[in-house]
Amino acid sequence: MTDTRLRPLPRADRLLIGAAALLLAVLALAPVYASALVIDKLTQLGIYVLMAVMWNLLAGYAGLVSVGQQAFVGLGGYAMVRLVETGLGPFPALLVAPLLVAAVAWLLSSFVLRLRIGEFAIAMWVLAEVFRALVMTDPLVQGETGTSLVVLNAYDPQTRRLAIYWIALASAAAVLVAAYRLLSGRLGAESQAIRDDEEAAASVGVSTFRVKRVIFALAAGGCALAGTLWLASAITFQPRTGFGIQWTVFMLFMVLTGGLGTFLGPVVGAVFLIALQEIFGDFGAWYLFGIGAVAIGFALFLPRGLVGAWIDHSGREPLARRRVLDDACQTPPAP
Amino acid sequence: MQMTDPRPLLSGQGLSKTYGKLRAVDGVDIAVQPGEALGIVGPNGAGKTTLFGALAGAFPVSAGVIRLDGAPITTLPAHRRCALGIARTHQVPRPFLGMTVFENVQVAARAGGGLDDRASVARAAQILGATGLGDVANRPAGALGLLDRKRLEVARALATNPRILLLDEIGGGLTEAELEVLIALILDLKAQGMTVIWIEHILHALLKVIDRLICMAEGRVLAEGAPRAVMADAAVRAAYLGSDPE
Ligand SMILES: Nc1ncnc2c1ncn2[C@@H]1O[C@H](COP(=O)(O)OP(=O)(O)OP(=O)(O)O)[C@@H](O)[C@H]1O
Ligand SMILES: [Mg+2]
Repeated sequence: MTDTRLRPLPRADRLLIGAAALLLAVLALAPVYASALVIDKLTQLGIYVLMAVMWNLLAGYAGLVSVGQQAFVGLGGYAMVRLVETGLGPFPALLVAPLLVAAVAWLLSSFVLRLRIGEFAIAMWVLAEVFRALVMTDPLVQGETGTSLVVLNAYDPQTRRLAIYWIALASAAAVLVAAYRLLSGRLGAESQAIRDDEEAAASVGVSTFRVKRVIFALAAGGCALAGTLWLASAITFQPRTGFGIQWTVFMLFMVLTGGLGTFLGPVVGAVFLIALQEIFGDFGAWYLFGIGAVAIGFALFLPRGLVGAWIDHSGREPLARRRVLDDACQTPPAP
Repeated sequence: MQMTDPRPLLSGQGLSKTYGKLRAVDGVDIAVQPGEALGIVGPNGAGKTTLFGALAGAFPVSAGVIRLDGAPITTLPAHRRCALGIARTHQVPRPFLGMTVFENVQVAARAGGGLDDRASVARAAQILGATGLGDVANRPAGALGLLDRKRLEVARALATNPRILLLDEIGGGLTEAELEVLIALILDLKAQGMTVIWIEHILHALLKVIDRLICMAEGRVLAEGAPRAVMADAAVRAAYLGSDPE
């Protein structure tokens, strides 16, 4: 039975991974050749990629449609503010806060994951509002006014900009690699099984609750990291913005236009959203109108998103993590 | 009327499952000994599939106790029962449509069988060969016809390395030759000590495999015992009247 082998990664996928590594190197050197404005945009892109990958994990892989992910973006920011207040450096706090938020999500999952799909979506939104209200009662936050991470002013603006950029870039890259590895392993297969048929998945031994719980906590941690990165670049934490629904709207937009349940969808969607914001950004209120119109256009004409449309067109999914049993190893069918 | 061994592998006592006013399963006692092959027949709507759902933990029962090796498992979720060795097939196949045939079986070998990646690949390949799915291993499960989907149900259940196999009408639609292959497979498993409960309308196939037969009707056990005796039972014949026993 040891003669069974899996076919190696297709050539196109290996090329894609090589290209991604090259792109990462080019982006890491961006401070050498790019203006401060471009660096800021790229930081924003990294944060968007983080959020989109997380929402895709939730909805695309675990079937958990949450309209309350801003709960974790906001909690991440708040946890960072609190950690800094206790004396932790802002950069360590930026990375520790998401761990705390993931732990909170782990505890929360015991009851939110027992809800049905529609109830879950709403419950998450309610939770986000509850967290925001609770955070606003903290004197440190000063209600609506918010608070500033003045410790960050100790760094000169350019150093801070680059540090945050590199952390955002590294985070986005790390999350993509981690998601790829996770999804090509047991968790990915199990979440796909759950998506296809939850009852059948349970009948072959998949602990559907465990799978959802792991993904839920990971997604919360990732969104919190997006929150701390955003706070580090914005410096001011305001509950209304930190816990704002716009985060989830962005996540939804990116994942749906990029391609729900595809590995590259959220990345493509994040680039797309940044591009749209550049184009419509100068049009004031028209910006939201433009984004909304694009979303409706996708729902009508490209419901599987850009990557989904590419898959339908080309017949193969890039980085699909398909396990292929090698021909040579197949036993002939019984007579 | 039936000798009951004190140590059944799997048993249900007073099992009931109601849907609103309908008693789909109504106070069923069932027990299967280690290594035994038990057949279940009964007209459509008798509650046979619902009984499997209850034993495998697809839903909570309305009443009754289920034991595995004497220990109650009535409230365990389905995936835990699978890990303990209860595997089922679905009468209407439920493949994971977004995966290939091989991936369907491998995920079962990993999750239910508790194997690591490498071992689960080997086991999946072996089972696909044994169930006649080797040629279609890398096809999307959604591309399979009904027969192969039924085979996939069996393959996936076997991949979880069960002690007891619950087979729900896997013979329907097969040609005689295919049926012979299936019977040989089940007899082979039985020879290796597998415990089997098989719901099947194709009696002559069932009779080649089973040691004992239960006939259900309207959620209850109508008759139980030696296969030929059960089929000769007047109440069984009456229950089948108008429906097709063969
Ligand atoms: N989920 C459900 N909700 C409502 N009623 C159900 C449900 N599942 C089964 N039933 C009903 O319970 C009864 C028993 O159904 P079941 O599928 O167990 O019968 P069966 O003996 O397997 O029949 P068949 O030989 O046709 O497979 C039927 O009347 C059926 O309509
Ligand atoms: Mg049935």
